[in-house]
Amino acid sequence: MTKIFESPLYAYHRSPDQDAAVPVRHPVLIIGAGPVGLTTAIDLAQLGVPVVVLDDNDRVVTGSRAICFAKRPLEILDRLGCGQQMVDHGIGWSRGKVFSRDRAIYDFNLTDTPGHKRPAFINLQQYTFERLLVEKIRAMQAEGAPIEIRGCNKVEAIGQHYDHVTIEVDTPEGSYTLEADWLIACDGARSPTRRMLGIAFDGEVFEDNFLIADVVMQANFPTERWFWFDPPFNPGQSALLHKQPENVWRIDLQLGPDIDKEREKRPENVIPRLKAMLGEHVEFKLEWVSIYSFQCCRMERFVHGRTIFAGDAAHQVSPFGARGANSGLQDADNLSWKLHLILTGKAPNSLMESYHTERAEAADENILNSTRATEFITPKSDMSRLLRDAVLDLAADQEFARPLVNSGRLSTPCTYRNSPLISADALAGPALTCPGSPCPDAPLSEGHLLDKLGNRFILLTIDAEAPDAFEECGVRAERLALSVRDDPSLTLKRQYLGDCPAGVYLIRPDQYIAARRDSYDDRHFRAALRRATGKE
Amino acid sequence: MSDPLSKTLSEKLTLTPNFEDADAFFAALTQAHTGLTRAESDALNARLIFVLANHIGGSAALNTAIATAKAAHATA
Repeated sequence: MTKIFESPLYAYHRSPDQDAAVPVRHPVLIIGAGPVGLTTAIDLAQLGVPVVVLDDNDRVVTGSRAICFAKRPLEILDRLGCGQQMVDHGIGWSRGKVFSRDRAIYDFNLTDTPGHKRPAFINLQQYTFERLLVEKIRAMQAEGAPIEIRGCNKVEAIGQHYDHVTIEVDTPEGSYTLEADWLIACDGARSPTRRMLGIAFDGEVFEDNFLIADVVMQANFPTERWFWFDPPFNPGQSALLHKQPENVWRIDLQLGPDIDKEREKRPENVIPRLKAMLGEHVEFKLEWVSIYSFQCCRMERFVHGRTIFAGDAAHQVSPFGARGANSGLQDADNLSWKLHLILTGKAPNSLMESYHTERAEAADENILNSTRATEFITPKSDMSRLLRDAVLDLAADQEFARPLVNSGRLSTPCTYRNSPLISADALAGPALTCPGSPCPDAPLSEGHLLDKLGNRFILLTIDAEAPDAFEECGVRAERLALSVRDDPSLTLKRQYLGDCPAGVYLIRPDQYIAARRDSYDDRHFRAALRRATGKE
Repeated sequence: MSDPLSKTLSEKLTLTPNFEDADAFFAALTQAHTGLTRAESDALNARLIFVLANHIGGSAALNTAIATAKAAHATA
């Protein structure tokens, strides 16, 4: 079980760049081989952009980090060709229970949307997730894809220039210099890149400490998310139990402020807490223990010259809601196609500004949800606690009070409402698919809608005429012609047409809707494509 | 209250006398607290707020209710 932490996954090898007479310039360097860095690298390489990932280590993260991967990130991984491996290794779940003191107050079910290929959530250890991404990269390398991971390559200094970035990299064999047209920092919440550039990371710090333990046990708790407010085994605090693959269980126990972290982390103190929760006679083995406190922070700007920040490096949330890795993967999704267009001269550099606009809007939404959940779970004043407890007492008997119970609002994709890339709505269609929204999946007679979109601009026509493709300022949109006749379950009609007889959608490479109209109009969609690529 | 927006917001919340029987309600509310400790009373009041708030439902009206309650305290 612990082997994966111990063996190098991307061992150090000397790169020819280390022996170059002058620093080698790369189009894109990524710092950090975590979920966000690896996903960005795969996405860029599949678009044909050569990419090098630098990591100060040579193996997956120690212990347990992200575990819940939501539907939209799984759809992104499908686009990259590794969604199925994740689903095969993970365990799907949709049900949960909420307890208050010693009683179960209600059950919930995040029912999978009928016809969508992917479930609401899977649970998968971050180390398995990273391993599968590295395996994907190895498979791409075998096919000659321009993608490379350099282990034990620690970035020690960064120099920003108007059209490139210079970095100093330390390795076991000494340091060397690299240049990049663009640098992507995916180096986590404590981002050394951010620190080296002296950029602030502001927000709200929560004082409560949480014990996070992954235990291996044979237990017959169901595959559900169980959350306790003020349970008898952890009075006045909260607790969370979540199942992971291979009989690993994630346990979060709130410990409160002002504790001795080192003392609380010792097995002789952890084990009695877990026994109180799981029962005296349950056999378990501690896989990993840590003590966390949480903060909700973000950088004011995600793009600093030629350095772009993604994932926890750019924004951090509390874990309640699984909005960390899930939002980071959506950063990767948003970033890659824009960088590809810029590097191939098909979009102005200013398109990168929209990465900031769109993902900062998503970060704010995640921080808002995460902060509200944290405040409900860890009330900061006597009155907050009184109001919180009143909600819990009502929720047991009264369905009306259950929407007020907040043990984490689980990750859903952001609809971009402030984006300059999105065209005004020109279809009286469903709100679900208004421009700025991610495309919802739909089952078709053959396969699923999202699998047909890929990573390019698509002109989706539903019972509407349009040219097979059109090109505007070097960017091509290809038609995907569908009909409600291809849609036996009427999901496409329900989600994309509503009461309209026909619809035309311009869909971005990240499967977000850029524009829609009741019929094809050349001028309208050309303008929409220019706008979607930062040219309007 | 002169701009049209705040007028619309307040219109969603009844702030004119509306009790069917004001004295009876006051008595019933007071009666509900009889014999409770201070903590139990506070909890009862809190639950009551959520019961009534759910009945109102609309965000604009609820925000007006909070603002109205705060304003009354400030001028007391």
